[in-house]
Amino acid sequence: MTSLPLNPPKKKLGLVIDLDTCVGCHACAVNCKEWNTGGHSAPLTDLEPYGESPLGVWFNRVHTFEAGDGAEGRTVHFPKSCLHCDEPACVTVCPTGASYKREEDGIVLVNPDTCIGCKLCSWACPYGAREYDYIDGVMKKCTMCIDRIYNENLEEQDRVPVCVSTCPASARHFGDLGDPNSEVSQLVRERGGYDLMPEMGMQPVNKYLPPRPAKRGAGDTGAPASLPDHEPGPVEAAGSGFLAWVDRTLSR
Amino acid sequence: MNPAYSVIFFTTASGAGYGLLIWLGVAAVFFDMPAHRWFGFAAFAVALALITVGLLASTLHLGHPERAWRGLTQWRSSWLSREGVVAVLTFIPAGLAAIGWVLLTRNGGVWAWLGAAAAILAVVTVFCTAMIYQSLRAIPRWNTPWVAPVYLAFALASGALLFHFGVRAFGLGLAWSGWAAATLTAAAWAVKLIYWSRIDGAAARSTAESATGLGHLGKVRLFEAPHTGDNYLMREMGYKIARKHARRLRIIALILGGALPVVLAAGATQLPDLAAAFVAAIAVISAGAGLLVERWLFFAEAVHTISLYYGTDAA
Ligand code: SF4
Ligand code: SF4
Repeated sequence: MTSLPLNPPKKKLGLVIDLDTCVGCHACAVNCKEWNTGGHSAPLTDLEPYGESPLGVWFNRVHTFEAGDGAEGRTVHFPKSCLHCDEPACVTVCPTGASYKREEDGIVLVNPDTCIGCKLCSWACPYGAREYDYIDGVMKKCTMCIDRIYNENLEEQDRVPVCVSTCPASARHFGDLGDPNSEVSQLVRERGGYDLMPEMGMQPVNKYLPPRPAKRGAGDTGAPASLPDHEPGPVEAAGSGFLAWVDRTLSR
Repeated sequence: MNPAYSVIFFTTASGAGYGLLIWLGVAAVFFDMPAHRWFGFAAFAVALALITVGLLASTLHLGHPERAWRGLTQWRSSWLSREGVVAVLTFIPAGLAAIGWVLLTRNGGVWAWLGAAAAILAVVTVFCTAMIYQSLRAIPRWNTPWVAPVYLAFALASGALLFHFGVRAFGLGLAWSGWAAATLTAAAWAVKLIYWSRIDGAAARSTAESATGLGHLGKVRLFEAPHTGDNYLMREMGYKIARKHARRLRIIALILGGALPVVLAAGATQLPDLAAAFVAAIAVISAGAGLLVERWLFFAEAVHTISLYYGTDAA
């Protein structure tokens, strides 16, 4: 059914991405490719992987932006994948019903058996979250690792999207953003989490946490601004004292 | 947006086909046009062929053409699905009206009503096609109320030019069809000029700042793309056309698609049938070329918000 669920999902599984701590290592993107090329929407086809201009399906890509100028400028690493929107145009434009939003958890998926590969959903998504598979002739996208998060064969702590478990900087958090008391919702409240391009009206579920204010002054990091207690004492005059004797002895 | 030839061809060809269908209906209902068998045969054949070829072209660009029927199921929410449903429905009254006109040489009474039904469904189909584009918020330049009027106006104008050529080629007189074609073509370009001036003057709806949410830190610039190669998104949606080229192409489209056909169609009203048919044919060819350029620009000039993540400042 391409219409949105009649009862808007109460549970909204999504990601909270911390732009302050992301170090831009691309581990999430690589592990996403690794897991999903064998997962629900497998394979994530590559064209010419070792050729002149390789091209392939990725569900998650890490962009890097500069914001501001001069001393105030920041470099911000910016991972982006499907935001599993509450009002996803990618779903309502689909002529076949292949693109759908799940009522039980808000996850947006594509049914590869009914997709005709018209690509209209990728035009409708403002965020560039959908990727066409030229070989399979169908649209593919982030599944929120639907084949991990409910997978009872995995250890409890592994039932999270693979981008979240792999992030070495813990910049990615997974949870129910429909529950105001969940850890992710609290995080969004505390850190001022925001929507990308709210003017598009898609009401994304995934949130981004802004970089914290820059700490540039000496002492802003919690370390002492200067080290008065550790100033070196007066240098002993050469030729006398124990250290001078050691130095002379060892230099012989 | 990448100007894909199949889509450009589809929208222009089927637009002209639906336009011709509309004029056949209008002529039968309002102008008591005599049901000339061979004119009817040629006109319905051209209209239905343009529509069918256009639909086939757009079906073939699907990843799974054999599943195309599934595209008819989601008419409740999807303009693309609605377009498909109405396009298929249009064939029923259009085919019946063609039978009446060609086999029975009748286009009055119930046959006129079938022609009218085909004309109305043709208008609805073109409207649905336009709404596919107009409803996409991610492409701000399409998401304006002027897209549907442009598509409808060009369908009516190109249909009128075809109709005019047909009646003159079959020596049916009906000089009013030349005036109608000239007026509608001029009107269609007036609508298009409004569309162009609107999209040129429109303030950016989204920016690199709103796309990243980093505007509070200052101007946002792409520092490193996610990968060194190309990707599907950039191929399909990252197409950029230089402003200078766009300007030139707009002028070419306006002359070929607008000025020439208007002058030719109006001039043809003053000529005897054979000469008029010749001039009307040139008008059709010129308008077709102009419309293809216009449709190419419609895609090439449209900036998708995805490009904000790949180094574009505003969309
Ligand atoms: S990010 Fe794009 S693909 Fe994902 S739900 Fe939103 S509109 Fe759809
Ligand atoms: S490409 Fe597939 S999922 Fe996307 S709109 Fe077309 S049919 Fe639906």
